[in-house]
Amino acid sequence: MTPTPVSVSQLPLRGVTLRTRRTLTAYSFLLIPLLFFVCIRIAPMIYAFAMSFTEQNESGFTLSNYQQLIHDGTFWRAALNTLLYVVITVPLQMAIGLCIALAVERVQSLRWFYRMVYFLPYITSTVAVSWVWRLMYDANTGLLNEVLSWFHIPPQGWLSSPSQALVSVSIVMIWQAAGFNMLILLAGLKAVPRHFYEAAQLDGAGKWNTFWRVTWPLLNPTIVFLAVTGVITALQTFTQIENLTASSGQEAGGPLHSTLSVVVYMYDSAFSNFNLQYASAIAVFLFLFILLVTVLQLRVLNKAYEY
Amino acid sequence: MNRGMAKLCAVGSATLFATGIVVGCGGNSGTDSNQVTITYWQYTFPSKVTEMKKLIQAFEKQNPDIKVVEQDFPYDQYNQKVTAAMHAGKGPDVLNLYYGWIPQYVKQGYLQPIPQDFMSTVDIKNYYIPMVQTSAVDGKYYALPTAVRTLALFYNKDLFQKAGLDPNKPPTTWDELIQDAKKMTITNSNGQFQQEGFAWDVSGQGYHTFEEILLRQFGVTPFSEDGKQVLWDASPNGLAAFQYWTDMETQDKIGSDSFLSAYNTAFEAGKAGMMIDGSFDIAAVKKAAKFDWGVTTIPVLKPGGVQSNFGSFWVNGIAKGVTGKKLEASEKFLKFLISEDTEKDWLQNVGELPAAKSLSNDSSIVSDPIYGPFVKGLQSAHATFFVNETQERQDMIDAVSKINLQHADVKQTFANLVKQEQTIRDQYFNKP
Repeated sequence: MTPTPVSVSQLPLRGVTLRTRRTLTAYSFLLIPLLFFVCIRIAPMIYAFAMSFTEQNESGFTLSNYQQLIHDGTFWRAALNTLLYVVITVPLQMAIGLCIALAVERVQSLRWFYRMVYFLPYITSTVAVSWVWRLMYDANTGLLNEVLSWFHIPPQGWLSSPSQALVSVSIVMIWQAAGFNMLILLAGLKAVPRHFYEAAQLDGAGKWNTFWRVTWPLLNPTIVFLAVTGVITALQTFTQIENLTASSGQEAGGPLHSTLSVVVYMYDSAFSNFNLQYASAIAVFLFLFILLVTVLQLRVLNKAYEY
Repeated sequence: MNRGMAKLCAVGSATLFATGIVVGCGGNSGTDSNQVTITYWQYTFPSKVTEMKKLIQAFEKQNPDIKVVEQDFPYDQYNQKVTAAMHAGKGPDVLNLYYGWIPQYVKQGYLQPIPQDFMSTVDIKNYYIPMVQTSAVDGKYYALPTAVRTLALFYNKDLFQKAGLDPNKPPTTWDELIQDAKKMTITNSNGQFQQEGFAWDVSGQGYHTFEEILLRQFGVTPFSEDGKQVLWDASPNGLAAFQYWTDMETQDKIGSDSFLSAYNTAFEAGKAGMMIDGSFDIAAVKKAAKFDWGVTTIPVLKPGGVQSNFGSFWVNGIAKGVTGKKLEASEKFLKFLISEDTEKDWLQNVGELPAAKSLSNDSSIVSDPIYGPFVKGLQSAHATFFVNETQERQDMIDAVSKINLQHADVKQTFANLVKQEQTIRDQYFNKP
């Protein structure tokens, strides 16, 4: 028995125009991801937002979580650290990514190999990467201090020193993100039309000039993209800090809050101090902050270039 | 089984699975409508998980109408899971927790009091060794232990021998411990540890060693009877104890908190001469140690001086909101978990000491060369009444970091630390 094919015109939607029908089909396909998105993302977000205006075991609207937040020294330390993560990691990982991308572009043979080598850290599990670095950073037995000793440089505290810990965590973040930046910038470089370079060459422009007048402006959209996503990632840093600085008895963000980020502080408030309401207030703050930074970045970086 | 049957089974199990998702993980499943399913949560500690699965099988055999579903989560995520699940109304019926978390769990409304008709407050006091009384909140018990743990001194006999020490004469006083440890400590020219004499630490058992052992041996009772006051600085001896303890790392340099990621890792790797640890780590040491080792009782300040120990325990409680048949089943399961038979079995397989009074003087346990020192420790053991265990520990870690890493003044740091610990208690007791 073969089923008789049903043509579209036989469906109950006969009076509807083709255009509407297409739209309906599109929406029906969109419905499931939309439902998923609303239930998994939007609803909890609204719930958390509402929760930030309540207090533990008490009902009714209150601003006390936000008042507490303003006077919480640890929170401001975390906010400052988070800013430092952004300022240290984003420009450096982009600069390193760009240098590698320009170099890899020049290479004629084995280009795939270099691309792979530099991209590998990015696709490796952050937890594994963090633990390997943690062992290398170990003040007593770590590889880095061993290497320093070959050059008669005294051993450093790295993660166990309050003044070096934040930079140490940043190095891991940069090392991991540089490969991703390289790959995206390589794609950006590929998109620059060849004839621009030929024209520049004919006009007698040097390499330096060609880079600043041709490559750099045309990479602008790529750089904006990398800056925005890089800043958001840095603002949300959690995994590296958790795995580099926490141990079974010790909260992440140490020593002495020197590596504490806003997200880590939010996590500690929620799940070791059991204060979901306060943690929600921190989440709302982080949300507003990311929103603000992103809008600013798009304004500043996304200016049009005249050619 | 023919193919049609297999298909039917596949469809059937898929439907069951789907219904399971819709109903949520507490629902009755199976054909027997009289069967009650309860969920039990614990954290992933391999020997405990294995033991618990075995116990559940035995329990289900005794109670065919009850099914217990065991779920375990990594220690680091355990509180996160409980918090999220309880807020979503999807929590377990019976759950395992550290006794130090009880006040917060009670405040959050995760636990219901042990029903009086199941076991009255007096019954509980009579059944258990005195240390368990610490777990009562406002005179009410919310959760009950199967086993308790104390601390003892583990020592590496091979390293004793290598350092020219008698491997059968572990230190009995703290001064002896420091002397012996100095002989076993090896550092390179940069002062980096290659081997530590004593696995000094804060975040593991170190802060308990200070709070319940050193303070008491220096003649200071750490907290007021009702747990509301921090009394560490009630006499100058408190500061002396703190100084003595932190000096081990900063002055005597016999060990470091940061050496080899954790104190017990260092000992198990054969890179530490001694460590203070609980009986729960015996299994791990047995498995990892490639050297001869022994266990002895915690040192005292002077020969014949005050003995003191830190006792702690994990407890099982029934979640708030569990009623009717599930409550009955949960009570039966709890009763099974605290029975003397279970406690004996638990000692054999997990290495934690029985919590029932009736078993604490069992001669076969006391004379055991490894368990003996832990059982002896029970007589002088104190369990700290924590109100916010994580935060109290973190403040202690931070204070030590300030002294160790930033060379802060010990006296000033200690005064601030006492203030911070008091604030945590004030916040807990003053907020409704």
